[in-house]
Amino acid sequence: MGGIPHDHYEPKTKGEKWLHTRLPIVGLLYDTLMIPTPRNLNWMWIWGVVLVFTLVLQIVTGVVLVMHYVPQVDLAFNSVESIMRNVNGGYMIRYLHMNGASLFFFAVYAHIFRSLYYGSYKSPREVTWILGILMYVLMMGTAFMGYVLPWGQMSLHGTAVITGLFGAIPFIGESVQIWLLGTPNGSIAQPALNRFFSLHYLLPFILLGLTIVHVWAFHTTGNSNPTGVEVRRGSKEEAEKDTLPFWPYFVIKDLFALAVILAVFFAVVGFMPNYLGHPDNYIPANPLITPTYIVPEWYFLPFYAILRAFDQEVWLVIAVNWITFGIIDAKFFGVLAMFGAIAVMALAPWLDTSTVRSGRYRPMFKWWFWLFVVNFIMLTWVGARPAEGIYPYIALLGATYWFAYFLVILPLLGVIEKPATPPATIEDDFNAHYAPKSDEPKAVANPAE
Amino acid sequence: MLRKITLIAAAALAFMTGQAIAAPTSGKITDYDFSFEGPFGSYDQAQLQRGLQIYTQVCSACHGLNQVAFRTLGDDGGPGLPEEQVRAYAEFYEVFDQSLLEGEGDFRPAIPTDKFPDSNLSSAPDLSLMAKARAGFSGPYGTGISQFVNGMGGAEYIASLMAGYLEEPECALDGDPIDGFYNAAFSAGGYPDSCLDKKGKRTVPGSWIAMSQPLWGDDVEFADGSPADIESVSQDVAAFLMWTAEPKLNARKQAGLTGVLFLTVLSVLLYLTNKRLWAPHKNKE
Repeated sequence: MGGIPHDHYEPKTKGEKWLHTRLPIVGLLYDTLMIPTPRNLNWMWIWGVVLVFTLVLQIVTGVVLVMHYVPQVDLAFNSVESIMRNVNGGYMIRYLHMNGASLFFFAVYAHIFRSLYYGSYKSPREVTWILGILMYVLMMGTAFMGYVLPWGQMSLHGTAVITGLFGAIPFIGESVQIWLLGTPNGSIAQPALNRFFSLHYLLPFILLGLTIVHVWAFHTTGNSNPTGVEVRRGSKEEAEKDTLPFWPYFVIKDLFALAVILAVFFAVVGFMPNYLGHPDNYIPANPLITPTYIVPEWYFLPFYAILRAFDQEVWLVIAVNWITFGIIDAKFFGVLAMFGAIAVMALAPWLDTSTVRSGRYRPMFKWWFWLFVVNFIMLTWVGARPAEGIYPYIALLGATYWFAYFLVILPLLGVIEKPATPPATIEDDFNAHYAPKSDEPKAVANPAE
Repeated sequence: MLRKITLIAAAALAFMTGQAIAAPTSGKITDYDFSFEGPFGSYDQAQLQRGLQIYTQVCSACHGLNQVAFRTLGDDGGPGLPEEQVRAYAEFYEVFDQSLLEGEGDFRPAIPTDKFPDSNLSSAPDLSLMAKARAGFSGPYGTGISQFVNGMGGAEYIASLMAGYLEEPECALDGDPIDGFYNAAFSAGGYPDSCLDKKGKRTVPGSWIAMSQPLWGDDVEFADGSPADIESVSQDVAAFLMWTAEPKLNARKQAGLTGVLFLTVLSVLLYLTNKRLWAPHKNKE
């Protein structure tokens, strides 16, 4: 694997040779683990390993939870409570799983923003990027369905809101909603719980499979790195000046970062496990009582804000409604905007026209990027606010910037911006931080910019 | 870059989730000090026993605790009643047993493995999870980070509610009478128009609640002579209901602490390993 020249696995003993000619699995693992990795990777390149760990954590805790969970509308809520009270260590397993979802999304957002800043999505890594977006969408689906399973008030009424979105699709919406929920009258009952439970168990394994393909893709192209300059591939000696093997250098580095992150994670799980949750989900689901404010989990809030930003008072919505003879109404427009927000992000490799890959050497891009980050946080905040007063306007502003960033700013910047010159090689960049044979060691050398 | 993103993300996370949790409330919640707050907090066994007594003598007339098994009253980190007391306590309650009378079912005295009965009144919610099912603190600045030292705030809500039955504010006397009882901590109830200002904002905290005042002070007499004034009994019963909602709190905090300590040591070791590993390549040797 990989276009970067490096030593490959050579079977030495008789047994190794025997296996290698029949199934070169040791060689595959060796090449994966020893992959040449740019030596200038900074601390933003640790999130991938955090994500893999979190996926495994969620699967392991999830499998144990399923041993005690009962997917039946009258028993689901009580079975979760029973896990909290009667299963040995159940309270930890459940809280780890519950907060694990938040850790997962925190890490994935950091991972995505790293790619956006350093232009990791650009050629030749478009497939890695598209796979990543696909996995992110799957994560959202999985997390949403997992939230339904405890069958609390927010589970039920959140499901009503989200499946209601599909009902907004013209012509086929109603059929889709019935198909999703499994009840002819669109009520959320036993059939919905069963299929969400089934899919919540299935999707993580698809995610695991996609993880392997995602890693395969960037092992083929080589990792991106903070300079955006490619590893030299002329000879093995040249490549070795730019890289170090993944094991042990990056494994230990990533494990260190993981341990720090998990220490914080355990503090949340141990000392404030319900901080990120909604109190209403400790009330058993009751279709007859609707909570005053239906708020999704924090990681959905930016897209929830975009969904609600386009109401029937926005002139664009009015215009589209008129042009399409009312087929695209405000509700459907909101749904399109929400999914469109992710779609435009997936198209970033083709929308970004700059010849320079890394944002580090793009003076104008930096500003727009950080505005994008601030905008993302603002959307998250406004997504949790009621849709009244000034909040819809803030949401509309944020949603507009989201689309403008991908559809206008990224294409234009490539034309009007004068980027700085990146270093010629990764070796140069690395040595600029860690000067060779310098007499005074740079104590505050910081690869994280 | 890392630091910037992490800082921003952490601040953002705190900011928005706090907002998400803190549903707009106009009730007046007092920040009582409970023994189980903060990373090292744990339940006060004597307080839980007092709370159990109040629950038994007052609350249980209408409310149930259908998630709580009698046997857990003897658990460590709970009220910690001796086994024979648990047995005797359970016998006070009658539970329905389907296996009696050849499948017809009948009532019998409860045994420790049974759970507390459901609420007697359909309008009285079950109290098992009440302390987790109500919004807690949102400070500072709506981040809710204060939960780390203040706990979830559900117990504060319950104690404030119990002690929040005040005389009807004057504004309510002018307009049409409203059902229920004025409570300064309760925000989800009815509210008379005569107590709104010109902009439609509420002029007095709380709202009108259907439940009549359950605790008045001196409702119960404690064997150990603990004070039974309204503030004290409100906090005692709130602590007990926090335990019914989160019976494994002590064990969870211990597990969390062990996890944090272990991972901190591991982080230091990995940091040193990493430093040493990279040193030759960073020209530090």
